[in-house]
Amino acid sequence: MTSVATAPQASTTAPAPAVEARGVHVHLGASHILRGVDLTVARGEVVALLGANGSGKSTLVRTLVNVLPPSAGTVSILGRPLGSTVPWGDVGYVPQRVSAGTTVPSTAGEVVASGLLHGRRLRLPRGWRARVQDALDLVGLADRAGDATSQLSGGQQQRVLIARALVREPELLVLDEPVAGVDRPSQEAFAATMTRLVGDGLTVLVVLHELGELAPLVTRAVVLRHGRVVHDGAPPRPHGGHDAVGHEHVHPHEPGPLADEHRLTRGPLPGAPGTEARS
Amino acid sequence: MILFDELGYMLGDPLMQRALLAALLVGVSAPVVGTYLVQRRLALLGDGIGHVALTGVALGWLIGATMGLASADALAVPGAVVAAVVGSALIEVVRRRGRTSGDLALAIMFYGGIAGGVLLIGLAGGSSSNLMAYLFGSISTVTSTDLLLTVVLCAVILLVGLGLRAALFSVSHDEEFATASGLPVWALNMAVAVVAALTVTVAMRVVGLLLVSALMIVPVAIGQLVTHSFRRTMTVASVVGVTVCLVGLSLTYWYDVSPGATIVVLAIAVYAAVALARPLLIRRRPAGDPHPDIPDDVEVATTPAGTRTGTRSGAGDAEECPE
Ligand SMILES: Nc1ncnc2c1ncn2[C@@H]1O[C@H](COP(=O)(O)OP(=O)(O)OP(=O)(O)O)[C@@H](O)[C@H]1O
Ligand SMILES: [Mg+2]
Repeated sequence: MTSVATAPQASTTAPAPAVEARGVHVHLGASHILRGVDLTVARGEVVALLGANGSGKSTLVRTLVNVLPPSAGTVSILGRPLGSTVPWGDVGYVPQRVSAGTTVPSTAGEVVASGLLHGRRLRLPRGWRARVQDALDLVGLADRAGDATSQLSGGQQQRVLIARALVREPELLVLDEPVAGVDRPSQEAFAATMTRLVGDGLTVLVVLHELGELAPLVTRAVVLRHGRVVHDGAPPRPHGGHDAVGHEHVHPHEPGPLADEHRLTRGPLPGAPGTEARS
Repeated sequence: MILFDELGYMLGDPLMQRALLAALLVGVSAPVVGTYLVQRRLALLGDGIGHVALTGVALGWLIGATMGLASADALAVPGAVVAAVVGSALIEVVRRRGRTSGDLALAIMFYGGIAGGVLLIGLAGGSSSNLMAYLFGSISTVTSTDLLLTVVLCAVILLVGLGLRAALFSVSHDEEFATASGLPVWALNMAVAVVAALTVTVAMRVVGLLLVSALMIVPVAIGQLVTHSFRRTMTVASVVGVTVCLVGLSLTYWYDVSPGATIVVLAIAVYAAVALARPLLIRRRPAGDPHPDIPDDVEVATTPAGTRTGTRSGAGDAEECPE
């Protein structure tokens, strides 16, 4: 499955882009959320998807991983049109929201193990325990495999979701604010893991509010506003002074709900989960 | 020992043997399916299916009467199976369409199921009292044919419920992630719905349609009181399910009480006992520092004293403004 996916278009020299979206429109209920988004992510790129709350970032990535149906436009992932022919085992996804606590308890290990299932693989592969343990190790939770997820802190739960995406050793990672609520040491560890995986050829599309620890990795930034791409190119650099990393100011009462590009590298909106318009 | 003699008599009774075997199978299967239902917040689905199955019983009865079959209720159980599967699949379709209407659809199933059952049994020339055996169980009248059907259906339930556990867990735990993994989410959801319907119909003989859901849900409630993991919750629930079914049924050999009601009351008693004993169980865990042993997220020295407590709460730490 892995090897087939890389070169479906034999005539082209380069493999098909990891993500190719053309003129994607998405309607949710009565609202027109995405209004003609074009996005290409080549193999090996690390693309940051930026934009204010409600600009449609999550909607876009959820469309890319086949959770939301586009009302118009085409999407192909790893060279295959969206659908069951996409090698989903090569795609890792970290959703934005920690799923609302389910009623039956589940351990971190069980949640991570569910990342090993994809496509037609409905049963855990041989040696799954070791792979789950390795993935938890990557996010620094090796000793919490047997703990109930509901008893982990918000940031730890977020790291479990990262491990769930990494456990299948994906070629393409789609991350929706993976480090929101994750402490600085764990963010550094996450960035180090990403650096290593990107060095091995991983492609990453990551929704962020600030580039943070991932800044050195990001090769390109795409900015959404009102469901349209308004910038596609060099990632914004922190411009000195009070915008520098480690010196973030939060202005809860700042007027205007829509940030523009100049504010992108500034501190995130107040980070407490729940204060943002989560999808 | 009188007790062993009595047990010997009970186990030697062929009627009781069949009943115990049916109770054993249902006791294992119902909590397995119940675990998935609880996880998807569909704890009441079993009740909804149970009510619809009643219409199926009456419909089978009506068809049997129309065809002039020797025993009017020969088609009652097949009717229940068909109605339960159809009703359960319908609920699943409604749940997919829009989340809000799932509740209403369940309520309509409740009312429609009972009303339809009573109406049809009247048309079939029977009376509501004919439905009593199905509403409250009739395990003492399990025939070899019934037992065979129970064995086959329970095998299907356990094959799906245990064989696909990882996939069903994934879909029940985080449907969005399962979809993004390319899993056949629709088929897996349908599998749970169908298996739930089958469970209701096999458990119908043991505890009755009105109490089926209790056998699926209460053991799970007990399981999650004592474990942290999905797998162990399911295991504990099944063990509890088997135990209360066998003990409850055995009691009816000596006391003239309803098996279904006895089983459910036992299960609830176990739940109450475990809930009360839980604080003791928890306190026996080794007391360790749950906080991760990693460097502080912020320069504590530059932070006003008392406002920070290290990295215990991951959420929000990174965003706070280290002044
Ligand atoms: N299920 C839904 N039905 C209708 N509108 C929705 C739905 N989900 C999201 N929206 C709307 O779509 C818009 C885009 O939401 P989206 O979640 O994509 O934003 P986002 O860019 O990810 O924001 P954030 O930074 O807060 O995560 C928002 O205005 C939101 O109100
Ligand atoms: Mg979002």
